[in-house]
Amino acid sequence: MAEDVILNAQELSKSFGGVNAVNNVSFSLSRGEIVGLIGPNGAGKTTLVNLLSGVITPDRGKIIFRGSEVTSQKPYQAARRGIARTFQIVQPFPNMTVLENVMAAVIFASGRTSDLRNARDLALEHLSFVGLAELAEQTAQTLTLPSRKRLELAKSLAMQPKVLMLDEVNAGLNAVEVEKALALIRKISEMGITILIIEHLMKVVLSLSDRILVLHHGELISQGNPLDVVNDPKVIEAYLGSKFTEKKLFIKDSLHE
Amino acid sequence: MRTNRIWPYFLLAAWILLLAASPFLANNYLMKIATYIAMFAAIAMSWNFIGGYAGYPSFATAAFVGLGSYSGAILQNAGLPMFLAWGAAAVIVVVFSASIGLIILRMKGHYFAIGSIALVDIGSHTASSWSSLTGGGEGLNVKIMQGGPELVGMIFLYTMLAIMLLAFITTVIVDRSKLGFGLRCIQQNEDAADMLGINVMLYKNIAFILSSVFCGIIGAAYASWVAYISPLDSFSILLTLKAAVMVLLGGAGTVFGPIVGSAALVIFEETIWSRFLSLHQGILGLVIVLLIFFLPNGLLKVDWSKLWAKKNG
Amino acid sequence: MLDQIILNGLMLGAIYACIAVGFSLVWGVLNVINMLHGGFIILGGYLTFFSWLHFGIHPFVSLFPVAMLLFGLGYVLQRTLINQVVSKPVLTTLTLTFGLEMILYNTMNLLFTATPRRVALDMGVLNLGDMLLPYDRVASMVLALSLTGLLFLTMRKSKIGRAIVAVRMDKDAASLMGINVPQIYAITFGIGAFMAGACGAIVAVIFPISTSLTGVFLGKAFVICVIGGLGTVPGALVGGLALGLIESITGFWFGPQNAILIGFVLMLVLLVVRPTGLLGRKGYE
Repeated sequence: MAEDVILNAQELSKSFGGVNAVNNVSFSLSRGEIVGLIGPNGAGKTTLVNLLSGVITPDRGKIIFRGSEVTSQKPYQAARRGIARTFQIVQPFPNMTVLENVMAAVIFASGRTSDLRNARDLALEHLSFVGLAELAEQTAQTLTLPSRKRLELAKSLAMQPKVLMLDEVNAGLNAVEVEKALALIRKISEMGITILIIEHLMKVVLSLSDRILVLHHGELISQGNPLDVVNDPKVIEAYLGSKFTEKKLFIKDSLHE
Repeated sequence: MRTNRIWPYFLLAAWILLLAASPFLANNYLMKIATYIAMFAAIAMSWNFIGGYAGYPSFATAAFVGLGSYSGAILQNAGLPMFLAWGAAAVIVVVFSASIGLIILRMKGHYFAIGSIALVDIGSHTASSWSSLTGGGEGLNVKIMQGGPELVGMIFLYTMLAIMLLAFITTVIVDRSKLGFGLRCIQQNEDAADMLGINVMLYKNIAFILSSVFCGIIGAAYASWVAYISPLDSFSILLTLKAAVMVLLGGAGTVFGPIVGSAALVIFEETIWSRFLSLHQGILGLVIVLLIFFLPNGLLKVDWSKLWAKKNG
Repeated sequence: MLDQIILNGLMLGAIYACIAVGFSLVWGVLNVINMLHGGFIILGGYLTFFSWLHFGIHPFVSLFPVAMLLFGLGYVLQRTLINQVVSKPVLTTLTLTFGLEMILYNTMNLLFTATPRRVALDMGVLNLGDMLLPYDRVASMVLALSLTGLLFLTMRKSKIGRAIVAVRMDKDAASLMGINVPQIYAITFGIGAFMAGACGAIVAVIFPISTSLTGVFLGKAFVICVIGGLGTVPGALVGGLALGLIESITGFWFGPQNAILIGFVLMLVLLVVRPTGLLGRKGYE
């Protein structure tokens, strides 16, 4: 499995005004995996994703992507290399159509075409994949929340990423919508895309992930097989409270599957 | 959104032909107006790249025109043939905008606006104090072209029309290319654009440079035409404001917006000038205020069919 | 010689601080660059001059009523027009205030003409060693500093002042706490106009003023805000004094035109390097 490593983070650290948001975090992602990233609020998960996608530069540490060091890359470079991420608070281009939003990803990130007409066709394919084709000509800001999330996904896919980082894609969705999202994510994984998913819904994490990383106060306190991680005393301690009970129930559920 | 209709292009061609025919159809005064219309159309289209497409409120236009004027005038006075002086002025302005862009485009919003205004003020004050080079506050005279007012007027009319046409072609190319698309994304959400693979800094710089090149030539040509320039007139913030207003009036980020807006404003101004000279500034101010409140997206983005239906229905 | 230059710089700086503080407040709280600010200053100056010329009212007496008039003007303008665009993009607010400024400018030119005017008070000169302190300048400096100090106290101690600070820090949170944000906006804008008008009255005693100076004062306000930081009285004070000193010193060595030039270059450099200014905190964009 080690030869199949697509992304390698080595001793990543980043602090803001004296607070360690991410502290000495090291891990790898292997091609085609789905890895869950969990941790209490403020654990540094989004900061980690920001570091990996070039939005911020680490104070210390290295990021190796497909064999090259990309630690101080800018966001557009990460995008062109095939590192995509979604946002908790969705950021489309509000006054452009759904189709144009996806076209941007097709043209600039995947680099498949510079021609606007070709981009239009390719973008439509991605919209069909996520089920948004009928809304193609609608203005992005008129979309409902579940549709916006799909648009985020369509944009990410249009980038033709090698690694896709999903940051709380299910926030604000009801149970039915979550199921649909899960199915979509599985479809994406089957395309061979490596997925890192930040999620607080344990059910989602446990049912999707091949492996789990746990972040707490910026440090990686546990990683490995979902059942092992979930039973790790350090992890349970970090999650004291209602999450503790929730987890116990879901472990029982998944054991029965 | 974007239209692929053909008739606007025919209208534009007719408009340009009309302006070009003014020496033969009308008197010197109207020919001068036509020249101003062409000139402002080009300046407005220039501003449209950075202010319309990219959405950055740049007031640097006046700095580019002023720098172009002074470069052209100084070089011409030093003996360079007129057209060469214009070309050299354009190069100087591009070098300036390329270098200053790297610095100033790191700022956004108000800070960027103020930075660009500072460029104009710096230009104006430099022109005032560097008297040995620029003639200081007294201004600079340029050798008047030979040939009499009609011939000279025609030469400059066609010069400005040529620049206007060049600017228009450039606008169309940009609008249909991935550069134009990328700039629109940047205007919508710069960070999201970055994350989708757009090299934001590069694109902004290109837009900034494009917003300067035609202004440089126009500045130089203008200096040769009126044969006298001074710091306050060459580096006038009002010029950029007018360019922005013209584009806003016509429709920002569109291909035809600047042309419609500039024609409308120049014609409007001339009619006001001739009747209400002392109210000139105030009326322009009023136009601006009304524009902001009643035509926030410009003439071309108004849904005329809806308005017509409302009126009749 | 140097101490005279520094003293001149400080006297100038005190007035500059007063000029800028209203502008800085409006920018910091409403996130609006008020292109009318220069016009307000000149208007205040003209009203003071004419009340002195026609009614014999001493400028230091007419200062308060004139400033109140400007407050009213600013309040009404903001409440009716500018409030509609506070959340719009920079270009929109800039263009609107620019347009309003042009109307004001034209109106002033028609009513007052552009002839430079100055209230010449023959107050004599104080000799301190080898330094010359014209009493009118001293009085102006004292007034300017007092006004600035008064504003500072108002911001700190009064209910309105604290509401304004709250809106500056986080307008949504302030609104949730029951503060009427549009009202605060209008009051802040009015205060900005008040300070401008008062400053105009003070300036009219020292320099000849005319409508051609509206741009000059506005430009100085920009520079001072960038140097000192937005939205705070101490920031405007620091920025004003700094600019006064810089202009005085460089003006002596390089001539007055270059002094102004250096001010703008400095502003540009600061915008790139430290846009929030010497005292600034979170910079509004």
